[in-house]
Amino acid sequence: MKICVTAQGNTVESQLDPRFGRCAYFCIADTETGDTEFIQNNPGGGGAGVAAGQLMINKDIKALITGNLGPNATQVLGATDIALYRGVMKSVAENIAEFKNNSLSSINDIGPSHAGLKGGRNR
Amino acid sequence: MNIAVLSGKGGTGKTTVALSLAVSGGNFQYVDCDVEEPNGYLFLKPDIKHRVDVEVFNPVIDSGLCDLCGICSETCQFDALAVMKEGVMVFEKLCHSCGACMLACPKNAIGRKKRRIGVIEADEDRLFVQGRIDVGEPISVPVIRELKKYYREDVPVIIDSAPGAGCGVVETLDMADYGILVTEPTPFGLYDLNIAVGLLRKLSKKFGVVINKSQDDVNIIDDYCKKEGIEILMRIPFSEEIAGNYSRGILPVDQDQMLRGKFVHLWEKLEERVNL
Repeated sequence: MKICVTAQGNTVESQLDPRFGRCAYFCIADTETGDTEFIQNNPGGGGAGVAAGQLMINKDIKALITGNLGPNATQVLGATDIALYRGVMKSVAENIAEFKNNSLSSINDIGPSHAGLKGGRNR
Repeated sequence: MNIAVLSGKGGTGKTTVALSLAVSGGNFQYVDCDVEEPNGYLFLKPDIKHRVDVEVFNPVIDSGLCDLCGICSETCQFDALAVMKEGVMVFEKLCHSCGACMLACPKNAIGRKKRRIGVIEADEDRLFVQGRIDVGEPISVPVIRELKKYYREDVPVIIDSAPGAGCGVVETLDMADYGILVTEPTPFGLYDLNIAVGLLRKLSKKFGVVINKSQDDVNIIDDYCKKEGIEILMRIPFSEEIAGNYSRGILPVDQDQMLRGKFVHLWEKLEERVNL
């Protein structure tokens, strides 16, 4: 099964990135083979959640482990059957292990929009 | 002559300067491009006779023709489209109405529908014009673009800009002959002034600075302008009286003849600078 963990760096030792649309990297992991792929994220001024959601669909992800989802990401992901889990502030590897142990809780609340965007509103 | 009054930082006194300048000269047109919160009308009290909706278009997907190929989503520069397994999701508030998805769709499955995002309001003679964006709408540019169609050529146009240096301000500056940057002598004022100066230089606009809430012993804006070779057009003193009157809808030039004189002089300067 292919899962995705949002990461602050491009190794499995990197910490979870609690942002979804504006995370630094997406780690796509195959839970059967143990293979991982890191995709650098380059979000624009708006629509980061939609773009990241589209990536999950295109990559055929079955479960997503992240911190917070904004309204747009929630709308996209909510229309899919991708399972959503709240990660823990530990490494990517530890999050994958906890996912396999079934010890992560699922995400069912929506975060504020632009929460992962640094800077003011006058873009 | 189109004079844009802008500032990096909000609350420095754009509207105070724009209106004081307007009423200290002869005929003028006042265009409020601060469409998220236009407030010039509170002072000028125009009789609004003319109201026109501002509309944008958004894509509509014909699910009978769409084969979910995903090209529209890849084409969209604003990530306003998500192609799901069962259909396409359109995020109207992310859409910039560029139409690229419609051109890119190989099945011609994308049509357009209009959506209101704001309104233009004007008095009988169109000497007062303001834009007002609807609550919750994030993109002000189409409203400002519409306002530009109202600019008059027979009288000087005073354009009250939004704060910041974003897309709305860029659009506001498009047809401006000169930019008046209103700032205040605080670190925040200076920081945002520097960003606005960068924008005006990039757009090759002529500009000068008005220091509001000026105090004799605080010179950070003076030092900056000297270093950057920017003209300080005038100063408005720091005054509780000005702030108090403003909050009651009274412009400082209606109370202070000295200050009105300064604005009359500013007109002369502006005419000179614009025609350089």
